[in-house]
Amino acid sequence: MTVLDRPAGAERPHLVASPPGTGGEASPVPDRVLMKGNEAIAEAAIAAGCDAYFGYPITPQAELLEWMARRMPEEGRAFVQAESELGAINMALGASAAGARVMVSSSSPGISLMAEGMSYMAGSRLPVVLVNIMRGGPGLGSIGAAQADYLQATKGHGHGDYHVPVLAPSSIGEAIELVRDAFILAERYRTPVMILADGILGQAMEPVTPGFKHLDPPTPDWSLTGADGREPRSIHSLNLRAEDLEAHNDELQATYREIEAREVRWAGEQLEDAEVILVAYGTAARVARTAVERARAEGLKAGLFRPITLWPFPSDALREAARGTRGVLAVEMSAGQMVEDVRLAIEGAVPVFLHGRTGGSVPSPDDVVAAARRAWATTEPARREPATTRTAAMSLVKENER
Amino acid sequence: MTAPTQAPAEGRTIYRRPLLLSNPTTYCPGCGHGIVHRLIAEVLEELGLGARTILVGSVGCSVFAYDFLRLDAVESPHGRAAAVATGVKRVRPDKIVFTYQGDGDLAAIGTAEIVHAAARGERFTTIFVNNGIYGMTGGQMAPTTLAGQKTTSSPLGRDVSTVGYPLPVTEMLSLLPGVQYAARTSVSDPVHVGKTKAAIKRAFEIQVEAKGFSIVEVLSTCPVGWGMTPTDAMHHLETDVMDFYATGVFVDRPKGIAPALPAPVGPASSPGGCSAAAPARPPSKMAGHRVEE
Repeated sequence: MTVLDRPAGAERPHLVASPPGTGGEASPVPDRVLMKGNEAIAEAAIAAGCDAYFGYPITPQAELLEWMARRMPEEGRAFVQAESELGAINMALGASAAGARVMVSSSSPGISLMAEGMSYMAGSRLPVVLVNIMRGGPGLGSIGAAQADYLQATKGHGHGDYHVPVLAPSSIGEAIELVRDAFILAERYRTPVMILADGILGQAMEPVTPGFKHLDPPTPDWSLTGADGREPRSIHSLNLRAEDLEAHNDELQATYREIEAREVRWAGEQLEDAEVILVAYGTAARVARTAVERARAEGLKAGLFRPITLWPFPSDALREAARGTRGVLAVEMSAGQMVEDVRLAIEGAVPVFLHGRTGGSVPSPDDVVAAARRAWATTEPARREPATTRTAAMSLVKENER
Repeated sequence: MTAPTQAPAEGRTIYRRPLLLSNPTTYCPGCGHGIVHRLIAEVLEELGLGARTILVGSVGCSVFAYDFLRLDAVESPHGRAAAVATGVKRVRPDKIVFTYQGDGDLAAIGTAEIVHAAARGERFTTIFVNNGIYGMTGGQMAPTTLAGQKTTSSPLGRDVSTVGYPLPVTEMLSLLPGVQYAARTSVSDPVHVGKTKAAIKRAFEIQVEAKGFSIVEVLSTCPVGWGMTPTDAMHHLETDVMDFYATGVFVDRPKGIAPALPAPVGPASSPGGCSAAAPARPPSKMAGHRVEE
């Protein structure tokens, strides 16, 4: 194992040689490095060609801001520590309007402040990648990890009829991939895209494979460059006439339908013979995976369905996966938010249960197993054979490269 | 687009419409926005900057400025224009970027954004049109409304004992080292319109030279919001409004013009902090001063 360190004044993320005898010292580029989630997300954005980053300190995402504060100037790119999250998201609005590839990050209370700008950016069709490293709420809440912003992220942060694609990594390695995918989606559909992770994913260190993937620079044909030899462009969300705004909204909605049709992502584990399916994302999915293993060791056939896009929610895939099972158990670090989408997806076909913890508490695998047992005990046996067309998640990255 | 219109063969052009002005504006009769738009269009044309300028709009009566000025433009949420302009300029430092904001937008909901953009010395220009009222929403009291002035949300007149005194934004910003140019002008008469044009030109020149932040506050009218005829509104502007708000150049750092920082009055504490860092500390002249033009 090689440790990625960052001594003061270092020009680049510094690779510290592995202790002798571990094998790491032979290779100039180690196959695995240990990175903190916040820092891995930041470096992934830089590798993906992020031109500008704007942020404001808040726990538990502050390391992301700090990493960018050092690395973006090194790369000759724009970095501003804003006066507030309102400032940060609106700097992003301006930079995006000028054609730059832009990221902002914050944690729950700061995302609430960014909601205004997200609505404007959605209405103005401006791409941006927003990272929410969720903490406990409501209000100032706690700095512990939580998933209490699911409804805010998926049902709308600010005012108006809009959605943003929401990508939920459950490991730091996956977060690195999703950052690049988020930029692809943002530019493909001209929309804000959110990375929704929790404080544990932001703060934990995990071994990841370095060699972050590059993304070609954006080539928008709508951005502001000064009206030199062409008609002036204006980027705005204001449409005072009802017919104009409705036409604009129809266009946005058509984009959302396209995203729903093309960009749904999820991952399944041991669904083929599952009698009880656990549905979880992010850190809760890590707990649920352990719970599935323990349950199976004890003879309960459990499986894991892990949404990766929270909007669009993988409703069709979940409904298909749940067909013929005894029931579905949503596992969340909230009082029950994603479970609403689970119920909508299942459409009453099988019973839906919830195991949620709040305030920064994380469900324990044993409690999840116990909840799965209760779900099993209070439901009817499977009415028919589980569907056989259970597939693992389609790789969006491959899809994008096609 | 910026090629000058050819003068007719048998004469010379005395006056023509600025090339960067497009549609007739939709502002009320007697409103000053149209004058300020024209001045901006003239200045950008004279400096040859139109093809590389980006307008950052705001919320208020001037929200449709992008329909009247032939410039690339982006809309901002209410009060956030200075943050939006920061984003534009940081990724396009070779472009000329300016915000166009009213006093409700800049002096109330947008105070944090304008103060910190100025403090950072962002290299864009702000044109701040101050008519002392929220015009678009129906004439409510703004932070800049004069003491005693009646508005739809101060129906008995602005009572300074409960809502405080008007906010002197340009004086406040003038204290910040990041502000390279700050002036307050008026559109009350042709002489002041000329001074306004000169100030706008100087503000854009400062930006071209990448010196730092520049701002021109233009005192203007709102006949409808003030409940006056256009003529009475102009008279009110050149009397009551200009009596309260001093006009002139507050800061032109490249020319060595800058106000002294306020200093403690009374026994000084041990040297240190901001006061020690200030080069000269005469008694404050900020309160109600009028700067010579």
